[in-house]
Amino acid sequence: MKPLTALTGRGMPLARADVDTDQIIPAAWLKKTTRTGYGEGLFSQWRQDPSFITNRPERRGATILVAGPNFGCGSSREHAAWALRDFGFTAVVAPGFGDIFRNNLPNAGLVPAQVSADVAESLLRATTRDPYAEIMIDVVGRTLGCPAAGVAGAPFRLDDLAHHRLVNGLELLDLALSLGPSISAYERARAPWLPVGQAGSPGAGSPSRTGAVKAEGTEGT
Amino acid sequence: MNRTTLVDRIWERHLVEPGETDLIYIDLHLLHEVSSPQAFEALRSAGRVVRRPDLCVATADHQVPTLIDGGGGAPAVDAGGARQLLLQAGNCREAGIELHPLGSPGQGIVHVIGPQMGLTQPGMTIVCGDSHTATHGAFGAIAFGIGTSEVEHVLATQTLRTARPRTMAVTVEGTVRPGVTAKDLVLAVIARAGTRAGVGTLVEFRGAAIRALSMEGRMTVCNMAVEAGARSGLIAPDDTTFRYLEGRERSPRGRLWERALDHWRTLRSDDDAVFDREVTVDVSAIAPQVSWGTNPGQTTSVDAAVPDPSGMADPAERNAAERALEYMGLTPGTAMRDIPIDIVFIGSCTNSRMEDLRAAAEVLRGRRIASSVRALVVPGSALVKRQAEAEGLDRVFTAAGFEWRSPGCSMCVGINGDTVAPGLRCASTSNRNFEGRQGPGARTHLVSPETAAATALAGHLAAADDLV
Ligand code: SF4
Repeated sequence: MKPLTALTGRGMPLARADVDTDQIIPAAWLKKTTRTGYGEGLFSQWRQDPSFITNRPERRGATILVAGPNFGCGSSREHAAWALRDFGFTAVVAPGFGDIFRNNLPNAGLVPAQVSADVAESLLRATTRDPYAEIMIDVVGRTLGCPAAGVAGAPFRLDDLAHHRLVNGLELLDLALSLGPSISAYERARAPWLPVGQAGSPGAGSPSRTGAVKAEGTEGT
Repeated sequence: MNRTTLVDRIWERHLVEPGETDLIYIDLHLLHEVSSPQAFEALRSAGRVVRRPDLCVATADHQVPTLIDGGGGAPAVDAGGARQLLLQAGNCREAGIELHPLGSPGQGIVHVIGPQMGLTQPGMTIVCGDSHTATHGAFGAIAFGIGTSEVEHVLATQTLRTARPRTMAVTVEGTVRPGVTAKDLVLAVIARAGTRAGVGTLVEFRGAAIRALSMEGRMTVCNMAVEAGARSGLIAPDDTTFRYLEGRERSPRGRLWERALDHWRTLRSDDDAVFDREVTVDVSAIAPQVSWGTNPGQTTSVDAAVPDPSGMADPAERNAAERALEYMGLTPGTAMRDIPIDIVFIGSCTNSRMEDLRAAAEVLRGRRIASSVRALVVPGSALVKRQAEAEGLDRVFTAAGFEWRSPGCSMCVGINGDTVAPGLRCASTSNRNFEGRQGPGARTHLVSPETAAATALAGHLAAADDLV
């Protein structure tokens, strides 16, 4: 990933609350096995309406999505973050994100900028009014501005881990390279009763093979 | 240690490297075919290997067809699905990961087979590229969903870098009325607390109404913690938990069982533990619940009517309700029981276990579903299916007019070909009533298995009590 210290782009408002990841990328798109090629799937149900915001010509080229509260709730599908990226978004500004989605965005190289409800409201109003309104995001300083909304230097929340990685252009696994010894040390102290998988024994889980499958729904009776 | 929550207690034991963002060890990594192929591919191209294949278990559930028993070269529904199943088989073989493929005796929905095998145990950390991993919290484990990049990280390191979640106590008091199930209980909690109540937290469910639940009921409750916005939910283990686990295939045995038990009994929040948020809900008066909107918080009692958005004070809530009613094709004031239903789906990781099937079959026994209704029941696992057949439940379902299917996610997410056609209305025991969740344009009403069965008989939303 390339380091991302600051970005500027036109904002696209989506003034809906609780937009779940099934809306961001419907399940039909989960058939793919790549990490790219999801742009067309973004909001694909809603986009069937010609007046949906992403379909409007004056909105073409907007790169910062301004969303409502709890954006990206629901399913853990990282495909939702990939779809936003492939469509051309570089950041999502919202007053709140779904918990898993909040982590998925930086993993796809996007900035999840969580702003106060007031700032979100101002940005939504300004970007609705003016399709060319620009938003400037200072990733390093975790602040953003939007002259059209009268917003300047507004702080946003971005988790430390996501901040560190975006600013330095690090993949999640880049941070794990030196961890081997501490993980091995932890593993030596794990409790002996913890379960393990049984690869290579076809039929694992089969009552006929193991003879140890308990009848279901019998506990407590 | 004093004033410690159960979540913190388990978290502490899994710290590999504390930091601004903790590095925690993952005891069990569950995998399904949809969220993992990109992770394996990335590992391969980076020349990395799976660190602990013995702590991974995989199953095929989302893409699998439910109309056939699999095996014998049975076809997956489409090329995309077939390709994912094939990739999964190859990835698991190459890495040495236990896989329960389509048609095998241990196959099933990932959140059904973990507990059923005894893989899910108290005090563990469990992840899966799937938000409903929360289900496993019913055993007093920290279990949550992750994205594909995190799946890749766990495969490579068996650890995850993640901020310690805040904690929320949801205390559910009271004794539920007869006919009110775990599903009704959790729907009522979400309706009251809201779909954002738990954001950023791990919820500990506690209180008399939770203690009274069976393990399967507790799984239903924790499964839906994510629908309240939480990262996950969990319930402190007790004798109900230990009874469930004893004698399961992967449960510890002999002296190890005794040692595990000693540890498991310490897994509770201190009486004076401090949570970041606390909510108390009394469920003694609730009736069976039915959702009317497009998120699980938009739920009401089966005895109530479709709410009127114009009476809602919060403009955002009003706006969301108006949108939802438009999508759902509902008019405010309509009695819930007057809503006709086209399809009834009993299944999903929320409600596809033995107790769910038994309860639904009890309602259906000796009766026929309405001629306007198409109904299907999809057991959560091959084991559940076998046991239900041994108990004769399949015959009760088919005699009533239900289709008896093979295990998988099926109509919960609608990517295996089992979908609800546009505009049709489905009473579903699954967990999400999002727009298009069961297929483009599908309208979903979330219900318990008993309510689903009664609805199939009546042809409109109905409670099991209506039938007597
Ligand atoms: S049954 Fe539904 S919610 Fe559960 S794992 Fe499958 S698709 Fe997800």
